[in-house]
Amino acid sequence: MKRISRDHKVRNFHQAKWDEPIIFELSNEGERGILVPEAEEEIVKVVGDGVSKIPESMKREKLPNLPEINQKRVLMHYLRLSQETLGGDLNIEIGQGTCTMKYNPKINEYIARMPEMTELHPLQDESTVQGILEIIYKTDLCMREISGMDQFTFQPGGGSQAIFTMASIVRKYHREHGEENQRDEIITTVYSHPSDAAAPATKGYKVITIMPDEEGYPDYEAFKNAVSERTAAFFVANPEDTGVFNPRIKEFTDLVRKAGGLNCYDQANANGLLGVTRAKEAGFDMCFFNLHKTFSTPHGCGGPGGGALGVVKELIDYLPKPIVGFKDGKYFLNYDLDKSIGKVRLFNGVPQTVLKAYAWIMSLGAEGLYEVAKVAVLNNNYLFKKLLEHKGVDAPYIRGKQRVEQVRYTLEKLAEDTGISTEDIARRVMDFGMHYWTSHHPYYVPEPITLEPTETPSKEDLDEYIITLHHIFDEAYENPEIIKNAPHRSTIHKIDESSFDDPEKWAPTWRVYLRKTKEE
Amino acid sequence: MTIDGYKNHPYIPNSVEKVQKEMLKELGLETLEDLHEGIPEELKFKSKIDLPEPYKSEYELRKDMEKTLRKNKTCRDYINFLGAGCWQHYVPAICDEINSRSEFLTAYAGEPYNDHGRFQTLFEYQSLVAELVDMDVVNVPTFDWAQAAATSIRMAARITGREEALVVGTIDKEKLLIIQNYCDPIVDIILVDYDKKTGAMDLDDLKDKISENTAAVYFENPSFLGFIENQGQKISDIAHNIGAISIVGVDPSSLGILAPPSHYGADIICGDLQPLGIHMNYGGGQSGFISTRDEEKFVMEFPSRLFGIAPTIVEGEYGFGDVAYERTSFGNLREKGKEFVGTQTALWGITAGVYLSLMGPKGMYELGQNIMQKSQYTINELNKIKGVKGSKFNSINFKEFVVDFNDTNKTVEEINKKLLEKGIFGGKDLSKDFPEFGQCALYCVTEIHLKEDIDKLIDSLKETIEG
Repeated sequence: MKRISRDHKVRNFHQAKWDEPIIFELSNEGERGILVPEAEEEIVKVVGDGVSKIPESMKREKLPNLPEINQKRVLMHYLRLSQETLGGDLNIEIGQGTCTMKYNPKINEYIARMPEMTELHPLQDESTVQGILEIIYKTDLCMREISGMDQFTFQPGGGSQAIFTMASIVRKYHREHGEENQRDEIITTVYSHPSDAAAPATKGYKVITIMPDEEGYPDYEAFKNAVSERTAAFFVANPEDTGVFNPRIKEFTDLVRKAGGLNCYDQANANGLLGVTRAKEAGFDMCFFNLHKTFSTPHGCGGPGGGALGVVKELIDYLPKPIVGFKDGKYFLNYDLDKSIGKVRLFNGVPQTVLKAYAWIMSLGAEGLYEVAKVAVLNNNYLFKKLLEHKGVDAPYIRGKQRVEQVRYTLEKLAEDTGISTEDIARRVMDFGMHYWTSHHPYYVPEPITLEPTETPSKEDLDEYIITLHHIFDEAYENPEIIKNAPHRSTIHKIDESSFDDPEKWAPTWRVYLRKTKEE
Repeated sequence: MTIDGYKNHPYIPNSVEKVQKEMLKELGLETLEDLHEGIPEELKFKSKIDLPEPYKSEYELRKDMEKTLRKNKTCRDYINFLGAGCWQHYVPAICDEINSRSEFLTAYAGEPYNDHGRFQTLFEYQSLVAELVDMDVVNVPTFDWAQAAATSIRMAARITGREEALVVGTIDKEKLLIIQNYCDPIVDIILVDYDKKTGAMDLDDLKDKISENTAAVYFENPSFLGFIENQGQKISDIAHNIGAISIVGVDPSSLGILAPPSHYGADIICGDLQPLGIHMNYGGGQSGFISTRDEEKFVMEFPSRLFGIAPTIVEGEYGFGDVAYERTSFGNLREKGKEFVGTQTALWGITAGVYLSLMGPKGMYELGQNIMQKSQYTINELNKIKGVKGSKFNSINFKEFVVDFNDTNKTVEEINKKLLEKGIFGGKDLSKDFPEFGQCALYCVTEIHLKEDIDKLIDSLKETIEG
């Protein structure tokens, strides 16, 4: 036998393609996916069929039009669809910048799926939930050390809900101080997450957005002019989504404090900062971490995640109720917060996420977290240097300097040279079993790519990602057609997006699709 | 001061020193301390963060975490009658099998070309819930029912240009806090009284309070207190007559047997997906949905993502993508988009889709019937206990009901303490949230309760109360 050649440079990938119907098309009358326990005979003897008692107007006349499918076929359907999903466990997950797609340790998932976690009702007596309360409490203590804040709540179910919670605290704080009506503006920056603008706006605030200066830092002069007696708060990420850290952040927060506003830190981009720098020293009154980003809990296709929100002492009373306390050897739910904004998520947030985050912290400790930050930054700057070796790629701002944990690149030159856009490339990347994300909208960096390697990939993984992107960039110059029509080796081909913004044609459910495509 | 990293950690491949050196060299640097040059010295944290010593191995982590978790008493060890918005149902094995698949568990925000399966499953979940509520449009899930209700109210306020919402007086007080906070300071929330005998909405009070400032009337079916509100059409009519929107919150596990709110005038339906195949997780299983008709004025007010189906360039292929993406805060509008969108509870949406696929129409009917039978049986047996009234309200209940202990000379707190000693989690004590009820508790019975569980509750209560 001849030695099989393995010297191709890029991966010869093909995504699963099962050509699976929509679930409704699998329906066969009479099939059952699962049987429901029946009420015992003795019960039926006493109460009869149970449903005759429903008031006539409230009886469902026709059964819901759900499909009837046998169990194996349901399983097969969803397994096939899972295979058509490029999860973080399967690919070199570098391309989802700002999202910190690190490894989600399996052991943490294993622990979180124990019945001692999953089978807890949130209103159980405190004496029966001492284990989970202990974990929440201890995670709070860790978070306090990591941030310098004085108390955390884990009630927000994600980063955006944490931002909304901060905005709610800001409003309540100024209300308590008689300045609610006067302070009607918040300030954010354009490279902070859109929710830093949108969530305070939902809370009724006018939003002032600071643009970057030439170096990519939030424009200090513009900021100075924006701060006034109308400023309720400053909402900002640092580093921003460009991977540029604003070194004058303390001057920014000082300005806001002097003007009577609060400083709210979006720490979605904290992965490169663990043990390196903290919210407290930068002058923030509040901060939050996304547990599903920096603290390794899985993203689950978009939640459930967790927003761990920390505040300084003066703001503890404003937190949503309850927080977890510890007294006389017992953990308890503390509702005694007299200025509380009330509540943002039912019960106690997403405790299984807190549990996984705690397990992750306790797998690493202080030195481990520091190593995470260092290696995340090392990986990012390595990737940065290597990608910039291609003529079509650039990254605006702080030239020649390091970035923190991510970089927003631009393919402006490549697009000019070849007519290939960043969206075209994004589709092509899938042909190699990887993906990348461009940027939030609007694109302030033209033809953007946002990449964040985290501490998870090995050098070998990084090199594969780099070689693959270089290969595709070369294709743009040499064989642009292959990119224009990409993907070729994904589950599907280029989508006709023309219906998505047309109320006459869009189809957000199967029943709408059937109605709108019905042939006369 | 420099900190020694934790070398060769399994989660950090490049913590291997040899590789680190090679990469540092590539960057023209010597040590890891040469990184982070953009962070000013005065902001650098000079000592080591004060954290407990980490576990030295995965085994030690597991052993200790298991030990901590085993301090909990679960609803498998105890018989549980707590509900109040988080309900213990049977979770089919396939629901867990699918939501623990690496592909779904660890995916996030890939494009339709990366995550065709994620888009299809969420489109299917939307479509399945649409059938259950008999409405056309369903969103990618919100954080929970409370968030879904609050957003529904905000949607109604934008559609009508009005600034008040009337909310059913029997609402869960926790949910009310969330709605109030979410609507403050844009929409005022005003509670509508309820009939003291039936629990149903007091229509006279509704008529008194409704005005041309009313954006929406929000009520629930079954109500938070478990009874079926059968004036749905009347309430919707009163709302519509003045140009307000009718919003109904619903427990989807009831919809195999109960009419969906779209049949009695609801314009927006919301609810929680948790009963559809999702473990309670100490409250971490909550997940909300919102449904409307397929009308532009409704669709354009959703803050959530809506996945739609579309053709691809290849005949015969299904493709998916975002419907009307620009209305969201992810689009070009940022803060001028509708509220905000972010990571919510997509995995629970996928799970609810799997659950509904397994249950089918007959499963949902049988589930509803079983719950009705068992809850009626429990009420019946409770009535036999001296001083106990199985259901405070003379309405028909689904899954939950208010048990009246006022004539027992015991507080719910005392009773629940005794029940706990006997391995039973008694119903939620309502004496704080509904002081007007005196000593009452909200009990929940589902398909997971066997006759012997219910009988044990009855016997235990008898012992506690009758002595």
